[in-house]
Amino acid sequence: MISTQRISRVAGYGMTQAADAYVYRPTTVEEIKSIFEEARATGRKVSLRGAGRSYGDGNIGSETLLIDITRMNRILSWDATTGIIECQSGVTIENLWRYCLEDGYWPPVVTGTMYPTLGGALGMNVHGKNNYCQGTMGEHVIDMDVFFPNGEVKTLTKEDDLFYAVISSAGLLGVITRVKLRMHHVASGNLDVWAEAAQNWDEQFALFEKYEHNSDYMVSWVDCFAKGAKAGRGQFHGAWYKDREDLASRVAEKQDLPALILGFFPKSLVWKVLKLLCNRAGMRLLNAAKQFASSTIGNNKMHDQSLVAFSFLLDYVPDWRKAYEPGGFIQYQTFVPKEHAKHVFSEQVRLQQEYKLESFLGVLKRHRPDKFLFSHAVDGYSMALDFKVTSKNKAKLWELAHRMNDLTLKHGGRFYFAKDSTLRPEDAEKYLGEAIPKFKELKSQHDPEGLLTSDLGRRLKIS
Amino acid sequence: MKFKTAIVVGASSGMGRELVRQLATEGTKVAAIARREDRLQELVKEFPGLVTPVVHDVTDFGAIPELFQTITRDLGGLELFIYNSGAMPIVEANEFTWEKDKQMLDVNVAGAVAWCNQAAERFMHTKHGFLVGIGSVAGDRGRHKQPVYNASKAFFHTYLEALRNRGVCVSTIKPGPVDTEMTAPLNMKGMMSAERAASIILQKADKNGEHYLKLAHRIAFYIIKRIPSPLFRKLKI
Repeated sequence: MISTQRISRVAGYGMTQAADAYVYRPTTVEEIKSIFEEARATGRKVSLRGAGRSYGDGNIGSETLLIDITRMNRILSWDATTGIIECQSGVTIENLWRYCLEDGYWPPVVTGTMYPTLGGALGMNVHGKNNYCQGTMGEHVIDMDVFFPNGEVKTLTKEDDLFYAVISSAGLLGVITRVKLRMHHVASGNLDVWAEAAQNWDEQFALFEKYEHNSDYMVSWVDCFAKGAKAGRGQFHGAWYKDREDLASRVAEKQDLPALILGFFPKSLVWKVLKLLCNRAGMRLLNAAKQFASSTIGNNKMHDQSLVAFSFLLDYVPDWRKAYEPGGFIQYQTFVPKEHAKHVFSEQVRLQQEYKLESFLGVLKRHRPDKFLFSHAVDGYSMALDFKVTSKNKAKLWELAHRMNDLTLKHGGRFYFAKDSTLRPEDAEKYLGEAIPKFKELKSQHDPEGLLTSDLGRRLKIS
Repeated sequence: MKFKTAIVVGASSGMGRELVRQLATEGTKVAAIARREDRLQELVKEFPGLVTPVVHDVTDFGAIPELFQTITRDLGGLELFIYNSGAMPIVEANEFTWEKDKQMLDVNVAGAVAWCNQAAERFMHTKHGFLVGIGSVAGDRGRHKQPVYNASKAFFHTYLEALRNRGVCVSTIKPGPVDTEMTAPLNMKGMMSAERAASIILQKADKNGEHYLKLAHRIAFYIIKRIPSPLFRKLKI
C-alpha cells in the first residue's frame, strides 16, 4: 500500500491538464531508487517533475508515483575561474544566476521564467532567446549523472549517444540527478537592448536576418489580431552583452525585479487587471496599444536593461497565469525551417482569425538545429502562442491546433514537448521519424519494465 | 462525458446497475463492485472495455484500502465515487433480530464508512472528484417500522455532511421508494424506476449537498422533519 497522504492533484503550468499522482520529494539517489522499488511492488509507473513549468502534460502522470525533484537543490561545486558549476538537478535557473552572477557568470541558456529546475530544463532541452547562437541548455552540459529504472547510475558526457537521448526525452528514459554545466562569462549584469517596431511579417523577418550574425539575443512580439497589410506587426528586441566590467550591476539584489510597476502599481495585483482584459476585445486593445507604443515612444532605441529584466519577462507579473482561470491556457509553439517560416506563421495567424481564436500573445524566435534525439529545433524560426481555454472553446481550439499542426508538418516543422498539449501520436511520428524507434530501443535497455511514463508520453504513445 | 472514471459500490442490481449502465453509455470507465459475479459479467458483456468487474463483499473491511488503490490505478484516476450498497431485510413490527440489525449496520454503516473514507481522503487531498452516497428518506426520522435501517441512513447522512465539512464535494442522495430487488418485498405502488432514479442521481452527482429525487419528497420531508416528536409518535408514519 502507498501512503494515502501522498496523493495530490498536479497540473501542467497551463492548468488545462492535471492528474492525481502519489508525490514523492526525494533528496538522494537512494530514495529515488526506493521509489522505483515501490512502483514495482504496487504495479505502478513513475513520472518525473521539476518545478512544474512545462505547460501541458509532460510533468504529470495519472496514478503514477511522481518524483518531484525540487528538494535535490544543492550546489555541489563552483569554480569561478572556469565558470563550471556542479549541482543537483533540482537547482533552478534562479539558483544558478543568483549564485554565479557576482563572479561574472550567467546561465548560458535561460527560459522566459527563472523557475524551472535543471532536471526539468534538460528533460525538455529548453532554449532561450539566444538559441540561434548558443543552442539549447543541453549543449552546455559537460557531464551528468542519470539514474535509470534498471537500477544503473551512469555518468554521461557528449561522447555518449545516451547523453543526447536523455536530454530531450521529457523524463521518459532516466532521472537526471547531477549536472555539471559550463556557465557563460559576463562582464556586466546589464545588456544593451535595441527595440524596433516591425509593421508586418516582411519587416519582422528582415530584422531577424539583419541581427542574427551580430547579436547575443533576439526576440520579437507579434500582434496576432492584426490583419491584411498589418498582419505580422510587432516589436523586435535584440540584445548584446556589455564588454565593460561592472561588478555593481552583477550583485543579485540589483537584478531583482521591482515590486511596483510604473513606480506605483503593485505587480502582485497586475494579474487581476489582466484578467479583466483576458478576452478577445481586451487583448485586441492591449495588442494595439502595445503596437502604438512600440512604433512611437519605444521605437529605434537602445537602452540598458538588467539580465533578469530582459530574460525573465514572464516573472514580471507574479501569478500571471491566474488571468486565464478558470479554464487555463495552452502554449502552442511550432518550429519551422526559415524558408517556410513566414508562410506557415502568417497562415497560422490567419487560421486563428478565421476561428476567432486569436492568440493573446505571439513571440517569434530564431533557432538552429541540434543533435538531441527528440529535438524541437530547426534552422529557422519558432512562433509561441498563448490560447485561453474555456469549456466552450476547447473542441474548436483543438481543431485549430490540429490544423496548425498539419500545416507545420507539411513544411518540415517540429514541436516542443515543454509546451505541447495538442499533438496526436501520428504528428509525433511524422516529425520525430526514426528517433521514436531509436528511443524505444534505448528505453527497452534502460527501462525494460517501461516504468517511466507521463501523460504526454501516454498521449503520444511513446511510453 | 461528465466523468472520465467512476467507482460504483453495489453495482449488481437496482440503482447501482443502472448507474453503471448510464455512466458507461456516456463513455465513463467504471469499476463495478458487487458480490455477484454473474451480474457483473452481464455488465461487462454489455459494455466491454468500459466496465471493470470487481467481486467484493463490502463487509470485508480489511481488504478495502488496498482494493481501492488497485482500482484507481487500473482506472487511471477517479472522478466519481458512488456508495450504493444497502441492506434492508424485512423487519416485522416489534421484531428485534440482531442478525438482521447487524447486517444493516455492516453494509449501511461500517461498509459505507470503510469505502467512503478511501474516496474522501483522496478527494480531500486532490481537491478533485465527487463522492455520492445513496442515503434514504428513511433516514430523516426514526420510524417504528425500521429502527435500524432508519438509524443507519441517518448515520450515513450525518457522516456525509461531515465529509462535506472537510472540504470534499459530497452529494447525499435521499431516494424515496425505488423499484429494486431490495424494495420488492414491500409491494409498494408508484415507486420510481431504477433507471429514472439513476438518471437523477447522475445529474446531482457533482452538486455538493443533500438531494431528494422528487420535489414532492423534498417538500414532504421538510415538513415531516419538523413534526414534534410527541406528535410524530402518534402519527405512526
